[in-house]
Amino acid sequence: MITRAEYCVIACAEAWRGDGEILAAPMGTIPRLGALLARRTFSSDLLMTDGEALLIGPDGQSVEGWLPYRKHLAMVAGGKRHVMMGASQLDRYGNQNISCIGDWSRPTRQLLGSRGAPINTLNNPVSYWVPRHSPRVFVEQVDMVSGVGYRRAAEAGPSATRFHELRRIVTDLAVLDFDTPDHRIRIASVHPGVTAEHVRTQTGFDLCLPPDIPYTRDPTPAELHLIREVIDPDTTRNREVKP
Amino acid sequence: MSKVLTLDEVAAQIEPGMTLGIGGWGSRRKPMALIRALLRTDVKDLTVISYGGADIGLLAAEGRISKLIAPFVTLDSIPLEPHFRAARQQAAFAFEEFDEAMLMWALTAAAHRLPFMPIRAGLGSDIPRTNPRLRTVTSPYDDHEELLAVPALHMDVALVHLNRADQLGNAQYLGPDPYFDDLFSEAAQRTYVSCEELVEPGDLLGTSGPQTLLLSRHNVTGVVHAPRGAHFTSCAPDYERDEPFQRAYAKAAADPAEWRVFAERFLTGSETDYQRAIASHRLYGREER
Repeated sequence: MITRAEYCVIACAEAWRGDGEILAAPMGTIPRLGALLARRTFSSDLLMTDGEALLIGPDGQSVEGWLPYRKHLAMVAGGKRHVMMGASQLDRYGNQNISCIGDWSRPTRQLLGSRGAPINTLNNPVSYWVPRHSPRVFVEQVDMVSGVGYRRAAEAGPSATRFHELRRIVTDLAVLDFDTPDHRIRIASVHPGVTAEHVRTQTGFDLCLPPDIPYTRDPTPAELHLIREVIDPDTTRNREVKP
Repeated sequence: MSKVLTLDEVAAQIEPGMTLGIGGWGSRRKPMALIRALLRTDVKDLTVISYGGADIGLLAAEGRISKLIAPFVTLDSIPLEPHFRAARQQAAFAFEEFDEAMLMWALTAAAHRLPFMPIRAGLGSDIPRTNPRLRTVTSPYDDHEELLAVPALHMDVALVHLNRADQLGNAQYLGPDPYFDDLFSEAAQRTYVSCEELVEPGDLLGTSGPQTLLLSRHNVTGVVHAPRGAHFTSCAPDYERDEPFQRAYAKAAADPAEWRVFAERFLTGSETDYQRAIASHRLYGREER
C-alpha cells in the first residue's frame, strides 16, 4: 500500500527530472525527500545543501562545496537553481504570496515577508509545495504578489519574462501545472484516491480540468525502498501529509 | 590605537532619527548584547535595516522603530517573529519590504558609493507597488532591458557580532557563513563590532585561514568584548541557538502581561545581569525536565 505522503514525495521528485547540474532547493520536508530521491535516481547530477552554507554529497555527510547566502543569491540570479517554495496564497496564474494576509499596509496576519520569492521567480525555474490544498491557499487574488506568476510577469515586460518559468505545484491532493494556452493552472494529475471533483472544490478559482486526468504515477519498488528504508526511515513524511 | 568600548558606550553613540544596520541573518549571529544595550537607553525613531530576527522583534516590542527595511523577519526554527507580527498588524512603523537580493544590492550600492544597482528581482511583484521610491532603469546597451533600480541604503551605524576581533577593529568569523556583515560595515558611516573573544593584534590567525578575516579596521569604529553576545541567536561554532530560551521568548511575546514579566526579568539589568539570568534560566529549564 503506497501512502499519500509517498505519492507526494514522488510528485515532488519529478519536479527536478532533467534538471542536470543545478541546485535543488526544497523548502519543506516532503520536497526535501523528493529532491533526495531525484538525486539518488533519475537526476543524479543535482546539487544540494545541508540547509546551511555547505553543499553535501549524496551520502548526506561529505562536503563538496561552500554556498553561503551571498553565493546562494548569485546562484539564484544566475539561474542554476530550481527551488520548490511554499505558498500561503496562490492564484490561477501562479502569483504567490508569503508576505502577509489582508491589506499590506496593515495586515490582518503578518507572515514572513516576501523573502527571496521575487528574485527566485524572475531568475530560475520555480515550483511550489502546498501540503494542504484548500480554498484558503488557492484564491482568486493574492493579497501581495511575492512570487511572480505568468500574468504579472507578462505585464512587467521582457526583462521579467526572460528567465521566468513556473514548473509545477505539488499538493497533498494533486499535481498542477501551467500547460494551458494562457498559462492558467490546470490539473496535471491527481493522487490515487483523490477525484478531480474534490480538487476542484478545494480550489478557490476555476481550475482547468483536462478531459483525461491521469493519476500521479506509482513509485517503483526501488524508489519505494529508497523512501522507506534509506531517505526517510523515521517517516517524517507522515507528519507533513497524513499517510 | 585601541577601539575597545563597552556595550553602553556604543549604545550612547546611537541617536534618535538615525539609520541603523544590523548584521547576522534571521536568528543567526545577531549582535544581541548591543541590541540589549540599546534597549537600556531611551533612543527611539530609528530606521532599521536588517535580515531580521529577534533584533527587530525586541526593538519593535519596545517601540524603537519608526521605519523598517527588511526582506523578512524570522526566528528560523520558529518561522514567524511574534513582536514583528504584532507591530505590523498595528501598523506601528513604516515598512519597506525588500527582496533578499534587493537588500544585498542596496548595501552594495552604498558600499560602492553608487546611487543604485540594477536588478531583475522585484519586477512584476508587488514590492514596487508598496514602495513608490523604487524606480526602473533602462539598460544603455543593445538589449535595452528595463530593470529595477535599487537605491543605495546608507547607514549611520552598523552593529555586527563576530567570533573574534582585535583591539584595532579587525574581526573574524569562524562559522560557515559570513552573512552580509562585511557589506554592512562597508555601507555604514560607523560600525561597531561585538565579539566572543578579544585577542591581541596579529593573533587572529591561529588555525583558521586569512579568508576568515571578515572586517578590516578601516571600516570599524569600535569593538566590544561581549562573550555570548549573540545569545539567544546562534554564533557557530561557539554556540547554537538557545532553543528553549527562544521558545520562552516567543511564548512570552504572545501575551502583553507575560511579556512585561519576561522583559523585567531579562532586559532591565546590565549585560552581566542578563547572562546571569540566562544561566539560571538554563538551570531552571533542567529542573523542569
